[in-house]
Amino acid sequence: MTDKERDALSGVETTGHEWDGIKELNNPLPRWWLWTFYACIVWALIYTVFYPAWPLIDGATRGVLGFSSRANLTASVSEARAAQSRYLAQIEALPLERIRHDPALFDFAVAGGRSAFAVNCVQCHGGGGAGAKGYPNLNDDDWLWGGTLEELHFTLRHGIRSENDAQTRMSLMPAFGRDGILDRKQIADTADYVLSLSGQDHDPSAAARGAVVFADQCAACHGADGGGDRAQGAPSLKDGIWLYGGDRATVIESITNARRGVMPAWGGKLDEATLKQVVIYVHSLGGGEPSVAAP
Amino acid sequence: MTTPPDIERVEVAPVNRREPQSLFKAREKIFPKRATGFFRTLKWQVMAVTLAIYYLTPWIRWDRGPGAPDQAVLIDMPVRRFYFFFIEIWPQEFFYVAGLLILAGIGLFLLTSTVGRAWCGYTCPQTVWVDLFLVVERWIEGDRGARIKLEQAPWSVSKLRKRIGKHTLWILIGMATGGAWVFYFADAPTLAARLADFSAPPIAWITIAILTATTYVFGGLMREQVCTYMCPWPRIQAAMLDEDSLVVTYNDWRGEPRARHQKTQQAGAGDCIDCNQCVVVCPMGIDIRDGQQLECITCALCIDACDAVMDKVGRPRGLISYATLKDYNASTRERPVHTTLRSLIRPRTILYIVLWTAVAAGMLYALLTRDRLDLNVLHDRNPVAVRLSDGSIRNGYTVKILNMAPEGRTFTLTTDGVLGASLVRAGADDPPAAILSLPVAGDAVRSMKIYVTAPAASVDEAETPLRFTLRDTGGAETAVYDSHFARP
Repeated sequence: MTDKERDALSGVETTGHEWDGIKELNNPLPRWWLWTFYACIVWALIYTVFYPAWPLIDGATRGVLGFSSRANLTASVSEARAAQSRYLAQIEALPLERIRHDPALFDFAVAGGRSAFAVNCVQCHGGGGAGAKGYPNLNDDDWLWGGTLEELHFTLRHGIRSENDAQTRMSLMPAFGRDGILDRKQIADTADYVLSLSGQDHDPSAAARGAVVFADQCAACHGADGGGDRAQGAPSLKDGIWLYGGDRATVIESITNARRGVMPAWGGKLDEATLKQVVIYVHSLGGGEPSVAAP
Repeated sequence: MTTPPDIERVEVAPVNRREPQSLFKAREKIFPKRATGFFRTLKWQVMAVTLAIYYLTPWIRWDRGPGAPDQAVLIDMPVRRFYFFFIEIWPQEFFYVAGLLILAGIGLFLLTSTVGRAWCGYTCPQTVWVDLFLVVERWIEGDRGARIKLEQAPWSVSKLRKRIGKHTLWILIGMATGGAWVFYFADAPTLAARLADFSAPPIAWITIAILTATTYVFGGLMREQVCTYMCPWPRIQAAMLDEDSLVVTYNDWRGEPRARHQKTQQAGAGDCIDCNQCVVVCPMGIDIRDGQQLECITCALCIDACDAVMDKVGRPRGLISYATLKDYNASTRERPVHTTLRSLIRPRTILYIVLWTAVAAGMLYALLTRDRLDLNVLHDRNPVAVRLSDGSIRNGYTVKILNMAPEGRTFTLTTDGVLGASLVRAGADDPPAAILSLPVAGDAVRSMKIYVTAPAASVDEAETPLRFTLRDTGGAETAVYDSHFARP
């Protein structure tokens, strides 16, 4: 310890610290600063008493207020759930068409449906419901099994070719090539005919031969004019929309090996209110069809 | 002969002397004496007007029809509207407020370059509330002498009573200040009732508490320290002042050499009798005879004090006066004082006036011609485009219509750029059409999903420009938005 020394110029005591001849003056902190500092210490001590603070081996002290951010979260989640329950109860009870025409319920259902879709459906149908090869685009107006609210609801609940649901939408196209029903030439001819149905480039003579095969083998499901049959989930072959692709090679591949897309039945996995919300959401994407029987 | 007997000479040293000051020192209390005179009266009047504006403005009613608030000045945070008499401002029009701030800034420059720190001395809220707090202090504890005595007296019941009374009144004024502020953000009578029965929202109480605390601390406890240490304006003003700006000036060419025991006819003595009255009335604790200094807020109370003394000793007024540097220099060279209105007109002030007028005119023009209709269109990105079964292509858009008029209106939405485009609103059961009719409630935003369908043949490019036009069916207002139409 050096003796206390006063700075000649300012008359202030030095702290006794010296670096390269520069001495530190012992100027006091501003009082308000000091008091703020003390107040912070007091605040910190009080805080540790009231709130979880001190780490222990198995967690931290709980604090006398019993504050817990997890409990807060649980509380706010259940609060939100309670606020939603009124809507959810109505959605569960009312027919879909009624929900669609009630603005408040509709907005709620679209929002809820969008989030349920984002969790359960985007893996196959994509974030915007635009689908992919083999997975239908839900934005367009082409529906394999129907695009009314009721039909969408049925499809969603029971799935397509779902093994776990007895009422599932079921249809099986034969694998004409693999199972030896048609030979390669017949398949090629039929493909030409199918291309002609949707107005694409084709060989007219092959298509004429294919028309016979089509009437024989395909018309039962796809219709005599190739317009499809929703009751069987048989796609229209006349329009511009192809689930697996509409070029010659893909059509030949489809006829040879058949296509059997599977969608799980969501009936047991999602509750009824969520199912209905997803239906309303998908219907609102732009391809929804009006119900046959208006309410 | 000594100082005339009816003039009290005060032994006082200014708190803020004109000499190098320590970087840190405890606050020295200032006990300003009450002044009387022209400038003090002017200050009372300005104080009354500014406080009245502040406290009464939220209570002015303004009928905007049913469903709209009937408060003339209202900042409605929850619905994000700002009402100012006949003007209603939406959030995207907030640049008007920026414009007002620019006007205030240029106005302050103009004011400072002509009459010096008149803002500081008369209208600054800090000055006004400190003045108000000093009135309370003087009322309870007496004028300067009594206050100093009380300060030095040991604690007693009477001292305690006076101190409690003073601080209580200060806090009440602070509460009234904070209380008036929150009325700008909600319907004043409703909020007043809710404050009275303690059902007002917490934010109102928090705001009142904060403003009460700041008013009490700044106006009662810190006073001149706010101006000296916290306010940036004293530093900036130096750049605003020039030789034509009016500042409070001690005319030392007339006053010096000051003579305490002045003989009226004493040869060589100046007019200043060194009575220190100018020092004791100063709320900033300076001696104006030291010359211009940072702390001076040009409140001119020293002029009032000195003029009263000059009257008594029979010398002309104006030993301390508002003067420009030019005046001062002319006077020391014993040429006549020449401050006239013409000195206000000089390149610098003309520039400020022109700038101010230009900004004000621009804002006024923008205000008078502003749109009460806005259209925003957001093209869907997921999916960008959808092919329909008949081969046509459909794009989805989120259309947002801002109807800023107070009444509900019906608009028609049409598109240009894609041949044969038809529109349908999502959720509506109407068939697609070339024109959509869309009603929007008054003072509201309506957001909806619109699908535009076009034959594949009319969309050659990957992206075709598509212009949306929104027309007010009942008026002439239109809004357009340029978007595009994509093909898959």
